[in-house]
Amino acid sequence: MAVLEAPALTGDEEIPVPPGAPARLLRSLLGPQRRRVVLAAVLILVQQAALQSGPLLVAYAIDQGIPALRRHDSGPLVAIIAGYLGCALLSTVLQRAFIRLTGLINQDILLELRTRIFRHAQALGLDFHERYTSGRIISRATSDVDALRELLNEGLQELLSVAISVCYIGVLLLVMDWRLGLLALASVVPMWLLVRMFRRRSARVYRTGRTAVASVIVRFTETMNGIRPVQAFRREEANLAAFTESNQAYTRSNAGGLLEMARYVGSSRATANLWITAVVLVGAYLVTDRSLEIGVLTGFVLYLRRLYDPIDQLAMFLNSYQAAVAALEKISGLLAHEPSVAPPATPRQLPPGTGKGRAVVFERVSFGYRDGTEVLPVFDLTLASGSTTAVVGATGAGKSTLAKLLARFYDPSGGRITLDGVDLRDLATEELRRGVVMVTQESFLFSGTVAENIAIGRPDATRAEIERAAREIGAHDFITALPDGYDTDVRKRGGRISAGQRQLVAFARALLADPAVLILDEATSSLDIPGEQAVQHAMRTVLAGRTAVIIAHRLSTVEIADRVLVMDHGEIVEDGTPAALIAGTGRFATLHSAWRESLV
Amino acid sequence: MRSLLRLRTYAYPIRWYLAGAVLAALLASGAVLVTPLVLGRIVDGPIAHRDTGALWPLIGLLLTLGLAEAGLFGLRRILVARPLSRVEAAMRGDLYAKLQRLPVAFHDRWASGQLLSRATSDMYTLRLFLAFGFIFLIVNSLTFAVGSAVMLVLDWRLGLIVLAPTVPLMLFCTRFEGKYSLAARTAQDQNGDLATVLEESVLGIRILKSFGRHRTMARQFAQRADRLRDTELRKTRLLADLWAVIVLLPELALGSSLAVGAVLVAHDELSTGTLVAFLSTALALRWPVESMGWLLAYSNEAGTATDRLFEVLDAPEPASTHGTAGPATGDGIRFSDVRFRYPDAPDGSPDLLRGVDLHIRRGETMALVGATGSGKTTLTALLPRLYEATAGTITVDGRDVAGLEPAELRSLVAVAFEDPTLFSATVRENVLMGAPDATDAALEKALAVAQADFVADLPDGVDTEVGEQGLSLSGGQRQRLALARAVVGNPPFLVLDDPLSALDVRTEALVEAALREVLADSTALVVAHRPSTVLLADRVAVLADGRILDVGTHPELLARCPEYRALMSGALEGSVA
Repeated sequence: MAVLEAPALTGDEEIPVPPGAPARLLRSLLGPQRRRVVLAAVLILVQQAALQSGPLLVAYAIDQGIPALRRHDSGPLVAIIAGYLGCALLSTVLQRAFIRLTGLINQDILLELRTRIFRHAQALGLDFHERYTSGRIISRATSDVDALRELLNEGLQELLSVAISVCYIGVLLLVMDWRLGLLALASVVPMWLLVRMFRRRSARVYRTGRTAVASVIVRFTETMNGIRPVQAFRREEANLAAFTESNQAYTRSNAGGLLEMARYVGSSRATANLWITAVVLVGAYLVTDRSLEIGVLTGFVLYLRRLYDPIDQLAMFLNSYQAAVAALEKISGLLAHEPSVAPPATPRQLPPGTGKGRAVVFERVSFGYRDGTEVLPVFDLTLASGSTTAVVGATGAGKSTLAKLLARFYDPSGGRITLDGVDLRDLATEELRRGVVMVTQESFLFSGTVAENIAIGRPDATRAEIERAAREIGAHDFITALPDGYDTDVRKRGGRISAGQRQLVAFARALLADPAVLILDEATSSLDIPGEQAVQHAMRTVLAGRTAVIIAHRLSTVEIADRVLVMDHGEIVEDGTPAALIAGTGRFATLHSAWRESLV
Repeated sequence: MRSLLRLRTYAYPIRWYLAGAVLAALLASGAVLVTPLVLGRIVDGPIAHRDTGALWPLIGLLLTLGLAEAGLFGLRRILVARPLSRVEAAMRGDLYAKLQRLPVAFHDRWASGQLLSRATSDMYTLRLFLAFGFIFLIVNSLTFAVGSAVMLVLDWRLGLIVLAPTVPLMLFCTRFEGKYSLAARTAQDQNGDLATVLEESVLGIRILKSFGRHRTMARQFAQRADRLRDTELRKTRLLADLWAVIVLLPELALGSSLAVGAVLVAHDELSTGTLVAFLSTALALRWPVESMGWLLAYSNEAGTATDRLFEVLDAPEPASTHGTAGPATGDGIRFSDVRFRYPDAPDGSPDLLRGVDLHIRRGETMALVGATGSGKTTLTALLPRLYEATAGTITVDGRDVAGLEPAELRSLVAVAFEDPTLFSATVRENVLMGAPDATDAALEKALAVAQADFVADLPDGVDTEVGEQGLSLSGGQRQRLALARAVVGNPPFLVLDDPLSALDVRTEALVEAALREVLADSTALVVAHRPSTVLLADRVAVLADGRILDVGTHPELLARCPEYRALMSGALEGSVA
């Protein structure tokens, strides 16, 4: 049986979004900005008033200023001009303040959202990361956040000015003539229906758009991270075809969104112009009936056009809003996903260390995936503090799962795992990671210097401590031979540092972390023999004073263990000292003789 | 902003659509301008004369204008919706294709987050610019030009006053442009950095989890996000200043022209009607002028996004061939005085490979051993030309690899990498990548050689999706699939970089036995760390100090080469006592 990770979320399958989560997310982001938003609204309110007074002052200048000037009284004109310039200055200052303020609001919201997504993605369990592709998480924190940024940049200003001008003009129209006013305001109904239709139709388009862009990002990152095999296996054309497919799906949804928008803008503009014609027509008959003054109708029609002017702005807003809602849905789904490995509500402390590692007990532990596949049947296991245990078995026998349970990458389906009597689930993350560290199969390097990569083990370590760790593990020589020694930039994913060297760095990192329990997973595989020997030599010192579990593929690693567990199909089938097992007739004895033969 | 010109290659195919959109926008503005005149006629004529009969034709005209305007509005967007999306897709597709062609050395230098942000955020900026910025830049400039002419005709004195701020405004805009471009570029780059941290934090999640370092990483991310916020705020402040100036200067000029105009009217040098017409025109031009603020910002961002795009598209692609390959002989693989240094290695540092001479006879399997970091993997990467040798020649069957098209060369040379990467595809696709035409029988055989019998237990067998978007497999399982990928279709030349490192002993023994048969037919270079792997080979080459120190059989080398003994001896002492 092959041990498989839980099935991935493939294709369009997404994490479910709890109802109301997008709105809650938006509220929680806007909440802390409430005062600033109110201040911004006030600013734009006053600014609009100052701005709209311009035409009024022009009219005054013509009606009052010029006649006065003819009477050689320049006073009114000077006052009006001063007023005009004053309003211009005021509206400028307010506008500038408004832009700066909304910028601050937007950037604070984006910063909060970005860090929230990042933290959450980091807090989610490994089981989640194994199912949710990295490209999709990246897409959530980049392109989905961009969609929200667009809404904030375009939207806030537009929405406020639209709302304000519609209110201003609506009241004005009702005051001028209530019958025509009501007729004009009745246009809100078809306008609203159009908005609703647009929202419904474009929501679908934008939702597929978010999924499509994620698929573009997934394909892109996968190719760029695997460029060596891509080129070596002439995968370029097949890749391009697959990428083009995702790219075109995204393009189609983009075009679909733009077309919906075009339809909305066209039809709402048509409705607006129809309404103006209707108002003019009705107004004309009212004037003919002498129940309306001509002047009022003139003013009415002029203002009516202004009422519909913000249609475009509203469309822009709706457009960004739809994109942002689709993005918020995806983001809120991610944020609402509870980490499967949750931090404890009331953390417990570990008893003070003895410097001899810690005792590990698996009590009636079992593990299976949520779909019911059993990986590890119920078992008990006690690892004495300070002991070194090697776990061997065929690929897929359950060795890695055992290690991941101990590292609390997963929680057991049943039973509990204790560290000096304390359940792993009761330990705060920091406490847990001081207690248990796992050196995993992959020797990924983060961008930054070699020293920084080692210091991941303990960020507050001094250079001397980092070097000591590297020296003890036998990595010091190759590091000092690098162009800038410890300050050498490892570049993109350690392109310049060989797999064996990356493993040495991973070891130095673990040594620096100085955990009470150390788990090594297939960690010596890429080292040459002198390197492996150096590490094994170092391991003897490293392992002294801690509890260690070694997932061994190389039987040479086993010799430093004082206990061997042989696993098969998720069960521990042999358990004893290396010498005892070799002397026996079990699987380990067979494996061992095969290995001896390979050393000829 | 000059860089925007470079977009013309992409804009050219859709030039008629763009022209149509500009035309539609201009006609719509025309309709908007004519509408008040019609309204005026309605008020002055039928309504003033209470003549409902004359009302209907004018109402009809008003309706026609209104519907035409609405139609043109929609048309403008409909015309460019699909073409612009296609342009965006074409740019993204070109970027992707280019990145796949660029040598591995290029990818070593560039963080993938920076590349990703170019393919997503920057493309979006460019589409937005073409959809709105570009069209309104033309429409608003034309509107402004026509409006200015009208004002100058109405009264040249007042016209000059209103147009006076144009020059200082342009100067200011130029200065703004310089600063804003810089900030926009910084923001785009910081966005790329952010994507890089994000990507690494997700790809390295196991390590971060093991050491409980997600807080450190989160702090790092927050710092960068904070830096981006600061840059964005700098952009906002610049934009706020630009807006202020762009709004204030014309208003001041308008105020002055109002004052002067009033005085002129008072002295009967100007009619009231002309002043009103003049001022209405000036007020109508407010939007085209004000819009210059965001148009400039858009254009600048699009300009820097274009720069970022073309930085990649312009990256030199090394010639696919240098010289001629020559005729095929049965010479096997030959390295002659091959030297190599990484293109970005610091000056003064010695070459990594300093004159490698090695001949692998046809059908022979050569093991390559050497200390960690001695350049074994680098040497193997030169054969399929993932990197180009700095000097010297490498031939396969007597043909110079530099003279072969990469595609042809790589169909001859199959590689199993130390770090086995699977792609989001089925097992079948992943394995057959090495030989797309291979049959199912060949697939079965390759899987059998690699002892990848676990494939049969996968939910859909060889059609199970694996890789990032599929099932995640263990290191040993990945390595066996990578090995199957290399050996499928019996490639004449085979490079195996420590192909068995992640396998357990029993599987390793089985793979070795099966591999021996494959290796019998191929000319192979096998990077080896252990005697068991070395024993797959006919001869062994020892790499040290950038040169081949010695070549011979395992027993020969054990007898005469102390370096080799040192590399292999560990195994002899390291056996379980």
